[in-house]
Amino acid sequence: MTAALRLSGIRKTFGRSLVIKGVDLAIEDGEFIVFVGPSGCGKSTLLRLIAGLEEITDGDLFIADERVNDLPPAKRGIAMVFQSYALYPHMNVFENIAFGLTLGRHDKATVAAKVRAVADTLELGGLLERLPKQLSGGQRQRVAIGRAIVREPRVFLFDEPLSNLDAALRTQMRGEIASLHQRLGTTMIYVTHDQVEAMTLADRIVVLNGGRVEQVGAPLDLYRRPANRFVAGFIGAPAMNFLPVAALPPAWRRQGEAAALGVRPEHLCLDPEGPLSGTVKRVESLGDSHLLHIALEAGGDIILRGHGTTPVRPRQSVRLAADADDLHFFRDDDSAISRA
Amino acid sequence: MSGRPGILFFMAVGLIVLCAGFPFYYAVISSFKSGSDLFQVTYLPVFDMANYRAVFTEQPFGRNILNSIVVALAVVLLSLLLGLLAAYALARVSFRGRGLLLATILSVSMFPQVAVLTGMFEMIRAFGLYNSLPGLIVANMVLTLPFTVWVLTTFMADLPRELEEAAFVDGATPFQVVRLVFLPLMGPAMAATGLLAFIVAWNEFLFALTFTLTNDMRTVPVAIALITGATQYELPWGNIMAASVIVTAPLILLVLVFQRRIVAGLTAGAVKG
Repeated sequence: MTAALRLSGIRKTFGRSLVIKGVDLAIEDGEFIVFVGPSGCGKSTLLRLIAGLEEITDGDLFIADERVNDLPPAKRGIAMVFQSYALYPHMNVFENIAFGLTLGRHDKATVAAKVRAVADTLELGGLLERLPKQLSGGQRQRVAIGRAIVREPRVFLFDEPLSNLDAALRTQMRGEIASLHQRLGTTMIYVTHDQVEAMTLADRIVVLNGGRVEQVGAPLDLYRRPANRFVAGFIGAPAMNFLPVAALPPAWRRQGEAAALGVRPEHLCLDPEGPLSGTVKRVESLGDSHLLHIALEAGGDIILRGHGTTPVRPRQSVRLAADADDLHFFRDDDSAISRA
Repeated sequence: MSGRPGILFFMAVGLIVLCAGFPFYYAVISSFKSGSDLFQVTYLPVFDMANYRAVFTEQPFGRNILNSIVVALAVVLLSLLLGLLAAYALARVSFRGRGLLLATILSVSMFPQVAVLTGMFEMIRAFGLYNSLPGLIVANMVLTLPFTVWVLTTFMADLPRELEEAAFVDGATPFQVVRLVFLPLMGPAMAATGLLAFIVAWNEFLFALTFTLTNDMRTVPVAIALITGATQYELPWGNIMAASVIVTAPLILLVLVFQRRIVAGLTAGAVKG
């Protein structure tokens, strides 16, 4: 089972402060949507509004064309995986996964069969008798996911599910969540502040900032055609370099309304004939790539990212170039000038 | 701090144990004495159970113990039940006046018992509970509920909110959340507050004296205070001491049994998934 969602003019206030400032969003059936944004942007709140854990102040939320504003979480056909896993500490793995089913008056044999099936797909079969405190972080995460799957929801909600795991485990669990989506084909909404997770998992990314949607689009669309300076700076690491138009060499100037230029570190290269000149301040070697922090002659700092290692040393003078196709231009109000 | 406790440490510990334990020890050895021996100061016990037999034969002391057990257990169960439900509301549901309500509950426990005695007496009479065990149970709840509610509220506020939300998403009602998720996690807190409530109810004297009339409705502390000797000029210290030992021993046992849980309850709050 799976369902489409529609958010229409969703607003949320806590006391006097408006936290979600009117969100309109259509999520297609079976889509993997990632909410991403800096902390405090409202992404978790938006997820909790969809889950029914917070009351929607204004606007309508539809799941499968049914308005669900006033339904409790359990009646919305959603399942949620929490950041802290929120496993019931006094119940073993079996009871944790079965909890929702036992509340729903299913008979014992059905419950046991469903729990076993879920546990087997998540490789938890041998751990059913264990308590959460006897499990590793990754196993706890899998139990939390199992508890969500067993309810056969129409929509999965993930609230930063991987942020408590170490880097290696995070990569592995990311892969498991991706294959889970492929297997079940259920609509998933995933909140994260980690843009690698956003880029790799999402069918479409929703970039949020200050309670508003900045842009919605496929990961590479956001990377190639950011709608504004915020999205441009948020997607990509290290972040895009921004230069005021006044500091630009004539070759990069644009006529008209452009106020700032943006260029990603990976699109810059060293070129003796390049239009920008500066002095290397710092070299960071990462093995597979390197970062050059360069102070520009015209003022401002810029970061360049190159492949492999570099012979460049600090205090060396360099000239920089970039392909004209990789330059982004922004207006005074930070909106992007659309690219050909 | 140096690694090894020195001689001064043991002397200090010995002094504390002596101060705390001697009165009770003296009660125990007094309970074995009778007649004029009671007024001889001795420090070694001689075992003579006469006083213990007398306690049960000269008044309905077995009935008094039973009354105390019924009252104390009922007070504990009711306090924990009401305290748990109140704690859920006070810790988890935000409503106007929550802070004021909590402060009011706490301030109730600051009144001396005598201050509420007359009002309570009228109330017990109005409910027709005078000279009955339910009357004592209601009266004792005034003493136990404030701290029960307060401790359980503090403890429940420390439980992770996501647990409750996970249960809601799983389809649990608020009552199921309390019963199936919170209650099992609050075992140590329940044991600690329950034991404190038991001790308060078990030792309560003023209400039990005022709200009972007949010997067979009295609880142990009142019964002990009203033990009379053969003549009105004689206070039967031996019987009184024996009765005191009889009712104190179960408390000490209870504390020893629940000791670890009490400590866990007092220091708890770290329930991590």
